[in-house]
Amino acid sequence: MIGTIATILAGCLILAGSAFAAIAAFGILRLPDLYTRMHAASKAGSVGSGMALLALALVSDTGPEALRAIAAIAFFLLTAPLSAHLLAKAAYAVGYRMWPGSVLDEMPAVIVTTARAETPARAQTVQSRSGEAAAPRPNQDD
Amino acid sequence: MTHSDFARQFLEICLDISLILLGIAFFLTVVRIIKGPTLPDRVLGLDMLTSVAIGFIAVIGIDTGFTLYVDIAIALGLVGFLATVAFARFILARGKTADDDERQDLRQIDGDPFASATETTSRTGAGR
Repeated sequence: MIGTIATILAGCLILAGSAFAAIAAFGILRLPDLYTRMHAASKAGSVGSGMALLALALVSDTGPEALRAIAAIAFFLLTAPLSAHLLAKAAYAVGYRMWPGSVLDEMPAVIVTTARAETPARAQTVQSRSGEAAAPRPNQDD
Repeated sequence: MTHSDFARQFLEICLDISLILLGIAFFLTVVRIIKGPTLPDRVLGLDMLTSVAIGFIAVIGIDTGFTLYVDIAIALGLVGFLATVAFARFILARGKTADDDERQDLRQIDGDPFASATETTSRTGAGR
C-alpha cells in the first residue's frame, strides 16, 4: 500500500517537475531580457530537476540511492542561486542593459571593476554611449 | 493488487509525458543558446541545459532502474555550477565587446511594447 502511494506520488512529481522545466525553457525563449530570463531559469529550472530527483528518491529500492538523490537536491538548491547571482552581477557590472520596458533599476549608478584599467565601468559606458543611444535607461535621470 | 497495477500504469504514462516535456524544454533551451544575442544569454542557456539534463537522468533512472546515473547527475551539477561561475568571472574580466553592443538591440529581437513611443518610455521612467 505504501509502495502504491509512493508510486503515484512519484508520477505526480515527475509530471510537475518536467512541466516546471518546460515552462522555464519557454520563459528563457520568450522573456525579453537577460535578467528576466535568469529569473525564469534559475527558479523554475532548479525546482523542476529537484522534483524529478525527489520522485527518484521516492521509488528507489534501497536507502543509499534515495539518500544520494536527496543529496543531489540539496547540492543543486545550494548552487543554483549562487551561479545565477554571480552571472547577473557580472552582466550588470559590465553593462548589459535591461529591457527598455523595465520599471525599476535599483542599482543605477553602481560601478564594479575587476581589472583596474581594462574593465569599463558602467557609468562611463553609459556616458560615452549617451550621444548615440536612441533610448537612455529609464531611471538614469534619478 | 489492482491498486498497484493502476499505480504502475499511471507511472508509465507519467514517464512518457515527462520525457516529452523534458525534450521540449531541451529544444527550447538549445534554440535560445543558438539565438541568444549576448554571451550571458548563452551562459544562462547552458546552465539551464545542465538542470534539464539532471531532470532527464532522474526520469530515466525511474524508468529503467539505472540509479547509478544519480552520481553522474551530482557530478554534472558540480561541473555546471563551476562552469557558470567561471563564465561569470570571464564576463567580468572581458567587459562588454562591441560585437555584443551591435547585436544587443533588444527591441529588434524581442517585441517592445513601447517601440513606437521611445520618448514616452524614458519620460515616464524618469517620472517614477
